[in-house]
Amino acid sequence: MLKLSHVNTFYGNIQALKGLSIEINEGEIITLIGANGAGKTTTLMSISGVVPPRSGEIIFDGVPIHAMSPEKIVKMGLCQVPEGRRIFPQLTILENLDMGAYLREDKDGVQQDLDYVMDLFPILKERRNQAGGTLSGGEQQMLAISRALMARPRLLLLDEPSLGLAPLIIRQIFDIIARINKENGTTIFLVEQNANLALKSAHRGYVMENGVVTLSDTAENLLANEEVKKAYLGI
Amino acid sequence: MELEYFFELFLGGLVKGSIYALIALGYTMVYGVVELINFAHGEIYMLGAYTALIVASVLTVLGFPQLAIVVMAGLAAIIWASAYGYTVEKVAYKPLRKAPRLSPLISAIGMSIFLQNYVLLAQTDKFLPFPELIPEFEFWEPYSHIIGSPSLMILVSTVIIMMLLTYIIKYTTMGKAMRATAQDRTMAMLVGISVNKVISFTFVIGSSLAAVGGVLVASQMGQINFYIGFMAGIKAFTAAVLGGIGSIPGAVLGGLVLGMTESLATGYISSDYEDVFAFALLVLILIFRPAGLLGRNTTQKV
Repeated sequence: MLKLSHVNTFYGNIQALKGLSIEINEGEIITLIGANGAGKTTTLMSISGVVPPRSGEIIFDGVPIHAMSPEKIVKMGLCQVPEGRRIFPQLTILENLDMGAYLREDKDGVQQDLDYVMDLFPILKERRNQAGGTLSGGEQQMLAISRALMARPRLLLLDEPSLGLAPLIIRQIFDIIARINKENGTTIFLVEQNANLALKSAHRGYVMENGVVTLSDTAENLLANEEVKKAYLGI
Repeated sequence: MELEYFFELFLGGLVKGSIYALIALGYTMVYGVVELINFAHGEIYMLGAYTALIVASVLTVLGFPQLAIVVMAGLAAIIWASAYGYTVEKVAYKPLRKAPRLSPLISAIGMSIFLQNYVLLAQTDKFLPFPELIPEFEFWEPYSHIIGSPSLMILVSTVIIMMLLTYIIKYTTMGKAMRATAQDRTMAMLVGISVNKVISFTFVIGSSLAAVGGVLVASQMGQINFYIGFMAGIKAFTAAVLGGIGSIPGAVLGGLVLGMTESLATGYISSDYEDVFAFALLVLILIFRPAGLLGRNTTQKV
């Protein structure tokens, strides 16, 4: 469904991605783990078209998207929940969700999805007229995921959804991620520093270091891998 | 007598202030979305007045009725000024969007000088008489000693325009996209908002407001030249900073406070120092409230 081959991305003169290749199949939950500064966020920003790669190919559903504008990529059904959630702080929750559906024109479908995410996270319904910036970290993460779902994505990119959240909330968020994958068939590409958690919820995983993939396998095998254990699982 | 004098100054300040507010909105909205002080904004105001003058003159010669002239001259000013605002952004600011912040600022000043001189060359350096587009309404005759028809017209139209603007920004999709882009541009891109479109839209709206301001003021003053945009622009910029640049209610409040200060101070102290009062107020506000009256200096919760 999504294929990155030999992607090179730069920030000015600094190369953040060095020939990165990743493949994601429809219906999968794929995780990308790695240390701080390995290039995980850059990978997602390159896929979304915010920091386009200088060379290499990114193919989504058979269409090359590496030179497309972010809005065209969203329109194709590829959405991102970025690191730090990035809620529009002065828009209400309802307006934040509205913005998620910005490119959609099917009013009935949008209403249906609005009901769906409010059912998924009832707290959003309760606070729908409150400014996004007044929510707690966990609630903001729920809103960020819901906002992305409002675009009815076929592939959802999640950047560190567990960052800064209490364990109980993390559990809840990851349950929802699994549910979205199972119920809607949404393919999920999950970037995480919390490798243990990520590998337990994913089908396959990639390990990234200094802008390249150093290891890729099924999630089970990676969990059992000695190197991964030592470097990322703290065992 | 005392009270009547005060009331007169008060209304004068209100009229002046609402014009400042109209122009200040353009500064503040553009700043909110692209973090740029659009120094060419005053020139857009001037271009609006010139467009209205040309269209009104032609229509008068052709013998159109007064009302048709007002409406068509106003619309022409809005459309023409918006086209300029749109083009200025595309030509002078868009190529510099990733440049250091000083570059677009210098580009803006250049654009302002260019537009002034372009009008100077295309028109003349002399003051041109501007027709009284706003007639003395007959039904308003009994009250015209309190506030004249043109002033009343300015007040009514700015109130209507501000209500319209509030509606656009609060409830339309484009308005929401504008606020979203102002708050987090990268995230706006990630939900599929075309940032270029939002920026163009902002310039068009701001320019329309400036054009309306230009037409209203010119028609009240009775004359224009190529330089009127400079002072109006500086004053409106002061109003925007006064209210807190980037804040839309702030621009309106700043405009009113500035107009009121000028009017009362000239009425009670001296009319020679009108501009001194305006800028003294700015200095005072910046000392005690650097972010402006309604400016945000809150830290955002992550």
